[in-house]
Amino acid sequence: MSLNGWLQIALFIALILMLAKPMGSYMTRVFDLRDTGHRHTWLDPLLRPCERLLYRLTGVDPDEEMRWTQYVIAMLVFTAATLVLTYIIQRVQQWLPLNPQHLAAVAPDLAFNTAVSFSTNTNWQSYTPETTMSYLTQMLGLATHNFWSAAVGLAFAIAFIRGIARREMKTLGNFWVDLTRGTLWILLPISIVFALALTSQGVIQNFHPYTTATLVQPQTVTTTGADGKTTTSTVTTQTIAQGPVASQEAIKMLGTNGGGFFNANSAHPFENPTPLSNFLQMLSIFLIPAGLTVTLGQMVGSPRHGWAVLAAMTILWFVGVFTCYWAEAQPNPLLHNVDQHNSYSLQSGGNMEGKEVRFGIADSALFATVTTDASCGAVNAMHDSFTPLGGLVPLINIMLGEVIFGGVGAGLYGMLIFVILAVFIAGLMVGRTPEYLGKKIEAYDVQMAMLYLLIFPLIILGFAAVAVLMPHLGLGSLANHGPHGLSEILYAYASATGNNGSAFAGLNANTHWYNYSLGVAMFIGRFMMMIPMLAIAGNLAGKKIVPDTAGTFPVTTPLFAALLTSVIVIVGALTFFPALALGPILEHLLLHVGHTF
Amino acid sequence: MSTARQAKGRSSLFDKKIMRRASIDALAKLSPKTMMKNPVMFVVEVGSVLTTALLIANTITHHGHFRFDLQITLWLWFTVLFANFAEAMAEGRGKAQADALRLAKSETIAYKVSKSGAIEEIPSSQLRANDVVRVLAGQMIPGDGEVIEGVASVDESAITGESAPVIREAGGDRSAVTGGTRVLSDQITVRITSNPGETFLDRMIALVEGAERQKTPNEIALNILLAGLTIIFLLAVVTLQPFAVYSGAPQTVFVLISLLVCLIPTTIGGLLSAIGIAGMDRLVQHNVLATSGRAVEAAGDVNTLLLDKTGTITIGNREASEFVPAPGITDVVLADAAQLSSLADETPEGRSIVVLAKQQYNLRGRELAHLNAEFIPFSALTRMSGIEVDGRSIRKGSVDAIAAYLVEHNSQLPGQVRDVVEVISRAGGTPLVVAENGRALGVIHLKDIVKGGMKERFDQLRAMGIRTIMITGDNPLTAAAIAREAGVDDFLAEAKPKDKMDLIKREQADGKLVAMTGDGTNDAPALAQADVGVAMNSGTQAAKEAGNMVDLDSNPTKLIEIVAIGKQLLMTRGALTTFSISNDIAKYFAIIPAMFAGAFPVLNALNIMHLHNPESAILSAVIFNALIIVALIPLALRGVSYRPMSAAALLQRNLIVYGAGGIIAPFIGIKLIDMLITALHLA
Repeated sequence: MSLNGWLQIALFIALILMLAKPMGSYMTRVFDLRDTGHRHTWLDPLLRPCERLLYRLTGVDPDEEMRWTQYVIAMLVFTAATLVLTYIIQRVQQWLPLNPQHLAAVAPDLAFNTAVSFSTNTNWQSYTPETTMSYLTQMLGLATHNFWSAAVGLAFAIAFIRGIARREMKTLGNFWVDLTRGTLWILLPISIVFALALTSQGVIQNFHPYTTATLVQPQTVTTTGADGKTTTSTVTTQTIAQGPVASQEAIKMLGTNGGGFFNANSAHPFENPTPLSNFLQMLSIFLIPAGLTVTLGQMVGSPRHGWAVLAAMTILWFVGVFTCYWAEAQPNPLLHNVDQHNSYSLQSGGNMEGKEVRFGIADSALFATVTTDASCGAVNAMHDSFTPLGGLVPLINIMLGEVIFGGVGAGLYGMLIFVILAVFIAGLMVGRTPEYLGKKIEAYDVQMAMLYLLIFPLIILGFAAVAVLMPHLGLGSLANHGPHGLSEILYAYASATGNNGSAFAGLNANTHWYNYSLGVAMFIGRFMMMIPMLAIAGNLAGKKIVPDTAGTFPVTTPLFAALLTSVIVIVGALTFFPALALGPILEHLLLHVGHTF
Repeated sequence: MSTARQAKGRSSLFDKKIMRRASIDALAKLSPKTMMKNPVMFVVEVGSVLTTALLIANTITHHGHFRFDLQITLWLWFTVLFANFAEAMAEGRGKAQADALRLAKSETIAYKVSKSGAIEEIPSSQLRANDVVRVLAGQMIPGDGEVIEGVASVDESAITGESAPVIREAGGDRSAVTGGTRVLSDQITVRITSNPGETFLDRMIALVEGAERQKTPNEIALNILLAGLTIIFLLAVVTLQPFAVYSGAPQTVFVLISLLVCLIPTTIGGLLSAIGIAGMDRLVQHNVLATSGRAVEAAGDVNTLLLDKTGTITIGNREASEFVPAPGITDVVLADAAQLSSLADETPEGRSIVVLAKQQYNLRGRELAHLNAEFIPFSALTRMSGIEVDGRSIRKGSVDAIAAYLVEHNSQLPGQVRDVVEVISRAGGTPLVVAENGRALGVIHLKDIVKGGMKERFDQLRAMGIRTIMITGDNPLTAAAIAREAGVDDFLAEAKPKDKMDLIKREQADGKLVAMTGDGTNDAPALAQADVGVAMNSGTQAAKEAGNMVDLDSNPTKLIEIVAIGKQLLMTRGALTTFSISNDIAKYFAIIPAMFAGAFPVLNALNIMHLHNPESAILSAVIFNALIIVALIPLALRGVSYRPMSAAALLQRNLIVYGAGGIIAPFIGIKLIDMLITALHLA
């Protein structure tokens, strides 16, 4: 580990903590409903007319309040409609404009998989974008989902906050209004500015056909055909993909979507060309999730509670990034005959496999931690090539529920489920029945919270267990065996269920079994968790608010932040520790006695 | 008295008789029908049955590792039995009490008064509500009822444990009598108010026995949490076998079930119902009967305590301390009128006026009977009392009441008298204005005496976030002065029953939970409205039915203890839940390396406790898991120690003791057990 690396990490978190307040306050103004309607923001003169026009065109009554069930139904209808739209665009892209490479229609199963993946904010990609998706598909089919799925997450987080803040009310707001305002006021303006900033760093934005370049050094390639014949050919040219990247890149990070314009994702020089663009991308992942904690504090009238939640997130983030950076900066124990002098001016200083030289170890470890803390899933290094412990960090981050800052909206409401759990377990110890910000936590709330928490072990462990039991379907496409193979399978299901979308690439998931099972995992991981979550919000909104006294369970103190952190770690660790012991932990221990997989 | 009873309760925590009965009950509770109610322990029982079946099968086919498998199976059964034993222990104390109460329920002869007035002897079990019975000195009161005629001293020790007799009389707030108590002197006529099987004694027996025990709302919610955690761990263990097979290290059913049982929250799952029963039992030890566990939980949640000033904050009686005459009136005239008007006033205040007049002015108390006087009793409506004698019409009462009275007589209260009233009120005294024939004579200064130690208790309550509101019929100035002296947070002055009700509703509208005590029939609506309504046993039947608790000692200060007991119950639940979940970390470090160290010796790096071998490690974890239930039974029954402090301080203290303690304790415990079983060559 180097001072330079730590300075960048410190700068990163300092900026996030500084941006949380202005970002959060702005979102409060966008979403907080007063009797007189929404509060004023400086973008209103520009956006209010657009907003009104949209409502008029779609026939939405912005003043209609929805119960939690109506809110969920509206979201499901919206998601289903946009999902079908994306499916159709993929299927007919060969007849549509902006297809300079004349890419054919996407196969039905893949088109379906991709539509599900993008509408659940997962952005798991079973395809190579530059050889599969036309520019129009990327823009109209995929980038739009990056906005929508993020706006849906944001809307649900806001609805949950309203559930806590409201007193004896049955409704949580209007889904269409929250969706529209989240997109217009928050996602669009920041994405536009961010896209421009990215182009300044060299991220491309064009509709050109792919460029063919002549190789300075021709390559000889030997391939084995299906008939067993080997052919040797010399490659003299390279095709360089082009496209409207910057516009999609911005929302890919800001909306914690993570689906790359290119297969190499943020490791690709056209997506993420410089250390500065890399830094901005990491910042944009955490920007909204960090701000939402402040929004939470402001909307429930307890700003310090928001800070306590942010503190818990920051602690967990730090533990992750420290472990990951430390593990990746270790010399490889198998290379004991090689001079691995840890001098950073001369050497990489650790495990550089699968990492981009322009980012180095610190920024790769930080990116891997951040992208899995949140449900982003963009990568600037190959997680599969990390050391066992370095790879354990992204895996655990996802398994803990992606609540460390977390996805846009999803991170906050996931965190609030843990808050409810922490309050319920420890709340009794102050001699009162558990209450959270004046709302009594009762049987129904606990029931829904447990349903939410059950999804992760059920889907991740359940599917992974089935996969390892099927030698052909589950293990057949596994590149690595032993504990590393188990890590790859666990990672795939964790990533899909957690709507992360990053992968341990050693597993070829483009098989029927994995496409179907991962698709189901993405679906359940999104909607089966959103529904019980909003059920809690609907139930909380109807309750009275018990006034805050000296006898109230404190949710604003450092002690609470520590408690929340422990509950997340203990519940997450207890659930997944046995599986992880046979995966990354065993691999780490075996590595040090000379076994690799 | 109640302290003596508590001491008895404490010493009998592990009474041999109760323990013997509990051991038998623990076996009876193994019935799956009973176990189903507790999802966590039911899983353990199913696990025990599975391992037992497998053990038998393995023995026949000569498979398995008999010594280890047998020990695991036995300890799994012990885990279930220990949990059952804890519950049976908690119930046992109640059962012993119920037995004692049943003795009081023995059949007696009731003397039923028929409509014609004839007296008919029938067994008490045939009495129905609205029957009227006559009870003579020395007889047992045959059922719950209301005294409609007469006054008697009654020995209620069968119910309250208090041996001093109490007075029960027709009318007023001391008219309720309880079946099974004994009339000591005089005779009373009682209208029976309950049918056989529904009497107070029946309810009390059912309550202490736990027969009607239903899970409280918080218990239900906690059970859902525990069931959810159990399912999560079930998933973790069930899926571990495929991963183990994949890794080339398949596990035996014994090991997998051991892991499962160690991970699921058996400690709290096994002790949860014992904690609830013990909480109710602690109330009974304090001579308080709660009609439901829900009320005990609500007591812990109380935000606002409504305390009657008289008897709770001040020692029951105010005393006359001074006569302040109006201008132009001598103090002797005032004292004489005051004494006259108080002769028939049997309240302590009335008596103190008579006494003060005698002491200061040597005015002798006259016999009412000789005076041919008409006594006008105090009524809540006029708020005055007085006397009509020899053409003199004397009234005494609150300043507003007398002022209104004077206006009726085309007169008014002199300004100087008002000033005096103000001065007395500010000083916390109660001014009682005396008027004769439409003329104000002066003011009697009644002094309230605040009980010792109340200020400190209110400070403690405040630290716990509980607001105390003093309820008093006094005027606002007097009330404010006493409130200040006693250190309550707020007061409700000149309170009529409706004001009390409105106050409760107002507090509840703000989301607060309100506790109050009451004894009179006019308290009944407020008692029913309050979240915790404690009726005094000496009170009317209506009050006792409206509230959700009855204090057998009729001590209104007990409300503070009731709140403490409620809080202690909830804290015990939370502490053991936290402890139970924190325990799992150590168990993982014992069992996971033991499971896989055979196939992958490198995993011994996780064996940070350096347990002797895989079998001893798993066995130690299972044994620890079973023994910790037994070890915590006293804590579950007694409740965690509780001192009033702020929630933040409580949380910090309990998180360190039960959270951090829960993480560390099993590391030590498992290691010690491992050393022991290694020394005994058990594994």
